[in-house]
Amino acid sequence: MRFLIPLGVFLVMVIFLAIGLSLDPRNIPSPLIGKPTPTFHLAEVSEPSKTLTPESFRGRVILLNVWASWCVSCRQEHPVLLDLAKRRAVPIFGLNYKDQSAAAKDWLSKFGNPYEASGFDQDGRVGIDLGVYGVPETFVIDKKGLIRMKHTGPVTPQALEKEILPLVLRLNQEP
Amino acid sequence: MKTLILLLLALAGSSPLFATEIREFADPDKAARYERLIGELRCLVCQNQSLADSDADLARDLRNEVYEIIETGQSEEEAIRFLTDRYGDFVLYRPPIKPMTLLLWGGPLLILLFAGVIGWRYAAQRKLEAIRTFSEADRDKLERLKKHLDDPH
Repeated sequence: MRFLIPLGVFLVMVIFLAIGLSLDPRNIPSPLIGKPTPTFHLAEVSEPSKTLTPESFRGRVILLNVWASWCVSCRQEHPVLLDLAKRRAVPIFGLNYKDQSAAAKDWLSKFGNPYEASGFDQDGRVGIDLGVYGVPETFVIDKKGLIRMKHTGPVTPQALEKEILPLVLRLNQEP
Repeated sequence: MKTLILLLLALAGSSPLFATEIREFADPDKAARYERLIGELRCLVCQNQSLADSDADLARDLRNEVYEIIETGQSEEEAIRFLTDRYGDFVLYRPPIKPMTLLLWGGPLLILLFAGVIGWRYAAQRKLEAIRTFSEADRDKLERLKKHLDDPH
């Protein structure tokens, strides 16, 4: 019976380590969930004379996708966003984070533009207000302008079908 | 061998001591506050480095923010709030005590208590065993002594 004690301790350690290893250390819970979208006034990437603010999408459930032309994983998620835009499932707005204007425009014309509009956040100040720490990141924003979900890393079809779109559907039901 | 040592020395000499840029503060007190803060705040990109150690782009931007907050005369708490409002308690190497972190802070005490109880029970059992073995070993002796007292011959 005595040998069960170290065995038990070992098993508890295994369980804790297994939990620790299966967690993604890059997935940091955002304190912004349930809070209003931080206000910003940014020039649009495609038409710098226009301004993008949270008012631009007030009253609609939207995705705000943080992207950059230098971001490798953004390329990975880009087809997913293009497909989403084609299906007109949910409007997508972009936050072009710490990029060069010409490079960003090139990127959109080369790979396609899934965004209704993208704000040009050259110095990354809006990114900081949104708690961005690893591009790409995607926020789900409700009709009242509250941030309801944050997805860190490229949007995968699985994340879209299992988490993001069901939430969008639910939020669309809200007044 | 000599070349190897020289090479190693050269490498040691070239390692960057500070990832941070040089900051100008009018007030040395503010400089000290800034240095202390960036040493205690965690970089979100390379999570095992503080803002002071990290070379990441975001760490530099966040150092800028902290610098501006301190230089404009706001308190350390305000700098910390600026970051936790955006990035959460994750940026703090020393998380605050609140319901979410109770197990984190109380855990060591809990384990100590648990270990204490086990240790105490173990010691008590050992003592009991010692008493038992004593009486068994000395029972005969006791009997013989008794007999001897009753009947010295």
